[in-house]
Amino acid sequence: MIRVKNLWKKYNSHAVLKGLDLEVSRGETVVILGRSGVGKSVLLRQLIGIDKPDRGTIEIEGKLISSLTGSDLYLATRHMGMLFQASALFDSMNVFDNTAFYLNEHGDPETGKKLPQKEVKARVKKALEMVGLADTQAIMPADLSGGMRKRAAIARLIVYHPRILLYDEPTTGLDPITSMQINELIVQIQNELNATSIVVTHDICSAFHVGNRIALHHDGKIAYITSKEEFPHINDPLVQAFLKNAIPEVNQNS
Amino acid sequence: MHFYLQIILDSFAGVGRWGILFAKTIAAFFRRPPSWSLIIDQLYNIGVLSLPVVAITGFSTGLVLAAQSFYQLGDKGLAGATGLFVGKSMMTEIGPVLTAFMVTGRVGSAMCAVLGTMKVTEQIDALKSMAVNPLGYLLAPRYIGGIVMLPFLTLFSAAMGIFGGYLISVYYFGMTPQAYFEPIPIYVKIFDIWVGVIKAFFFGVIITSISCYKGMMTRGGAAGVGRATTNSVVICYSFILIVNFLLTVSLNVFHDIYKVKYL
Repeated sequence: MIRVKNLWKKYNSHAVLKGLDLEVSRGETVVILGRSGVGKSVLLRQLIGIDKPDRGTIEIEGKLISSLTGSDLYLATRHMGMLFQASALFDSMNVFDNTAFYLNEHGDPETGKKLPQKEVKARVKKALEMVGLADTQAIMPADLSGGMRKRAAIARLIVYHPRILLYDEPTTGLDPITSMQINELIVQIQNELNATSIVVTHDICSAFHVGNRIALHHDGKIAYITSKEEFPHINDPLVQAFLKNAIPEVNQNS
Repeated sequence: MHFYLQIILDSFAGVGRWGILFAKTIAAFFRRPPSWSLIIDQLYNIGVLSLPVVAITGFSTGLVLAAQSFYQLGDKGLAGATGLFVGKSMMTEIGPVLTAFMVTGRVGSAMCAVLGTMKVTEQIDALKSMAVNPLGYLLAPRYIGGIVMLPFLTLFSAAMGIFGGYLISVYYFGMTPQAYFEPIPIYVKIFDIWVGVIKAFFFGVIITSISCYKGMMTRGGAAGVGRATTNSVVICYSFILIVNFLLTVSLNVFHDIYKVKYL
């Protein structure tokens, strides 16, 4: 369960989040749509503790993330994972070491005990097979395509079975086929891990594919949040403009 | 006027942020010490891989120092002081400073560029998102590597300088090996070796902490990484020179006041 109340965040004098409220139930996938620069990624960074909010509270699985610091924060966010927009793979490590990173640092995600290398290798292999990158273990991130980097970053996430997953623009910059593969992967992960997920995207096809509910982020707040079936029927020029401009081909077909 | 005031205020703010980052990194080190493999990587990168450039610098400086002292002092009948001049200056002043300059250029700039690139490509955020403290994981091993290896590199540089001075003095100017080496243990005291080692320790702190700080504060993509790297090198050089002067004075004053005879 994720509960965000009255979240405020300013950068210099520019307020990005202006009293944002959001609730996400356990096992649910909420997609946050919104124009560029409205603070969707900023919200994810607050949720996982990379940045601190100026005001407001973030409660995740009963822990008040917004008030934790240092090792308490790291302990509280250990069961969370985030997919970054540019993948953020460690470019000094190959795909195997990137994927094994969490297990080598923290050991078994459940018990915290150090894992034998044989077990680490098995878990990494399974995660890479799941994303279709089993034969790229020795390749460096710089030698991967954009789609492969995204999938490697997803493997780095799912290897430790996080209970909360945050995706920042998972399909941005990818061709439609690769985007669809990533969407399928997100749904598959959702089904297998039963994690609570928040997906930030501009890609409305992706939003309808992976989300249970869709939210529209506008002017520093969640303007609407509803089921994906009801979302297209919201009678608001902003929502309609978003739908029309984002998927003209879908509108034409329908 | 306002422009200069702003620069001064920004500089003070920067020093404050640097101090906080340094203290937090030390705290992160003691809270969860980094793995030995990370520390050994940095010791190897900073220490072993810097040996060739430090050797060339020390050796060529020794050659020049010996040649200059021979040309300047030879006609005054003081050519016998060449070994002493080379040994003393390589141990206390030129060795530590030039080694620090070389390490700043080879290691400090790379440290800043790597951390800066990691910052702008969200790799540092990715570490945080996996509950890994970047200060303990990335910065602490670099601090240890720099602080431990700089004194060894300085001693190595001084040794290479003395060796370079020996070669030119004996094989070009025709001094005897005894005439070159005999004054060195008489006039280059253990105190002088401590001066070189203490200076190198402080230079290690300066190089790693400033390079890491500038790397971690990088903003603005590839151009930002370039700017941060240039700034870090310039700031390191400036602080090395200032701290070198302060240490030279304070260590000698300390030595004179307390008459540390066994040194």
